[in-house]
Amino acid sequence: MIFFFGYSTDRLSFLISPLINRLIIMVFLDFEQPLESLYEQLETLQKLGAEGDIDITDKVKELESTIKKKKKEIYTELTRWQKVQLSRHPSRPYTLYYINQICKRFTELHGDRKFGDDKAIVGGLGTIDGTTVMIIGHQKGVNTKMRQYRNFGMANPEGYRKAQRLMKMAEKFNIPVVCLIDTPGAFPGLEAEERGQAEAIATNLFEMAQLKVPILCYVIGEGASGGALGIGLGDRTYMLEFTWYTVISPESCSSILWRTWDNKEQAAEALKLTSEDMLSFELIDGIIQEPIGGAHSDPEKMAKALKKHIKATLAEVADMTPDELINNRLEKYDGMGRFVEA
Amino acid sequence: MGWFKRLREGIQTQTSDKKEVPDGFWQKCKSCGGTFTILELEKNLFVCPDCDYHFRIGSHDYFNIIFGSRYKLLFDNITSLNFLEWTDLKSYDDRLESAKELTSLSDAISVAVGKVNRKPLVIAAMDFSFIGGSMGSVVGEKIARSVDYCIEHRTPLMIISKSGGARMMESAFSLMQLAKTSTKLAQLSREAIPYFSFLTDPTTGGVTASFAMLGDINFSEPKALIGFAGPRVIKETIKKDLPEGFQRSEFLLDHGFLDFIIHRSELKDRLNELLSYFPMDKAAQ
Ligand SMILES: [Zn+2]
Repeated sequence: MIFFFGYSTDRLSFLISPLINRLIIMVFLDFEQPLESLYEQLETLQKLGAEGDIDITDKVKELESTIKKKKKEIYTELTRWQKVQLSRHPSRPYTLYYINQICKRFTELHGDRKFGDDKAIVGGLGTIDGTTVMIIGHQKGVNTKMRQYRNFGMANPEGYRKAQRLMKMAEKFNIPVVCLIDTPGAFPGLEAEERGQAEAIATNLFEMAQLKVPILCYVIGEGASGGALGIGLGDRTYMLEFTWYTVISPESCSSILWRTWDNKEQAAEALKLTSEDMLSFELIDGIIQEPIGGAHSDPEKMAKALKKHIKATLAEVADMTPDELINNRLEKYDGMGRFVEA
Repeated sequence: MGWFKRLREGIQTQTSDKKEVPDGFWQKCKSCGGTFTILELEKNLFVCPDCDYHFRIGSHDYFNIIFGSRYKLLFDNITSLNFLEWTDLKSYDDRLESAKELTSLSDAISVAVGKVNRKPLVIAAMDFSFIGGSMGSVVGEKIARSVDYCIEHRTPLMIISKSGGARMMESAFSLMQLAKTSTKLAQLSREAIPYFSFLTDPTTGGVTASFAMLGDINFSEPKALIGFAGPRVIKETIKKDLPEGFQRSEFLLDHGFLDFIIHRSELKDRLNELLSYFPMDKAAQ
């Protein structure tokens, strides 16, 4: 009993199959098309096997290893734009998924105490193997309805102000802060401007610069501009392998500088926005490898790697005094910039 | 290049050039459409005599208005580098070259130290004529060094913002200037040295989302465009027309993000007043 449903646009195609009592939704990006047909073959094979007439074990094994090889092939030669596509993959795990995997306990805390509760930034207290942390992150929606609810991960000023409130609370109780970054940008809306989007981000930067507790930042998806940096100034910054971080999205960059939306691939190349680029510029401290096929192909494995990394990094910064933290941050950001001095 | 053209393109005017200006050129006011000679406008600090529209002026114009002719440029030896080998329709090298040629400036910000009625002040002023006043590594570095200078000499700091935002051609480095300038201003704040943020038309994007909004006192010229997202982007997002006066100084004052709006003719007196509230340690000057 196999149900197959698929459709293709120029960007994505979906393969949905209720295998082993579980609905697996596979979304293929354009450059993953070779994988889609292999998975289809695998399903057909498994269907035959389920009917019980032929022994398919060897054939399945063979096909699985072909898939693995193909994946490796595709994923070791990704262009910058393809990595951007991966960072936006609709099945990619988001902040709350990681929190649930990483924290044994987690209490979400809502509201900025001034205007409202932003749904595009979540945060709260949790424990990672017994250590209390304040985790804050952008949150995208997992389906059409939730994407609307989360405003596609684009925060309003309340989101940044909530983040700041939680950080100040963490400071008061000497709790380290972990920020998970995943946003296409701060929301460019009328009300956002009325309520001071720029001021909200600016004061976050100002406060994060001198917060007396450690701040660890992880880009888990999209790291677009001030909207990302608004919860991204800290003692350490790491990026998951297939994420990006820069001042503007490739599409917007293309529309402004090339005056068309069509040069996004070229813009992505010019922006040098991948985790590898960022590490080579020494603007971040490291990269966390993703499972082959990206974080969404094995979210549990990804979450485990992230948890391990957070624990190790927390241990690194645990003994630093507030002065050391603040002075190191000052020195680190002061060193960011390339220019000529005559 | 002719004075007329330079002004039309919003280019700052340097004292040395001014003597060469022929009087006969007419300049049209963007707001009321009235025409005036350059000389008339200059006498009026480039404010429209009929409708008070504040023409966009450059860093050196502000230095002249505030300091008179006596000021010293700082850190003018720092210039931009195309380290990413950036090319869009033009290469970043070409953009830098033509901006330098057009403006005779070294980058989108100039820093000067001078005195306002015997009270020292450091001013970092941006030039919109230099690649849209965009913030790259040089803008960040000059602000960082201004902060160091102000701490060393216990001198108040003023930044005059006029920018379309971060400089895309420096990619993530331009984004990190938001963090860099905010971190440096936090350091200045811990030293209890006053920072005045003067927002002029236009101040948008990453500049607003960092140093421009971080003044102990934030103020602006009348009717300046100030915001995070540009009006065009917002319009495209919400698919509605924007209300009259949206993202203008008066709107920001009304919503609590500015302390006051100041007419250009009163700028120097107001600065003098502000500085008098924050007497700095004489010995260190
Ligand atoms: Zn006029």
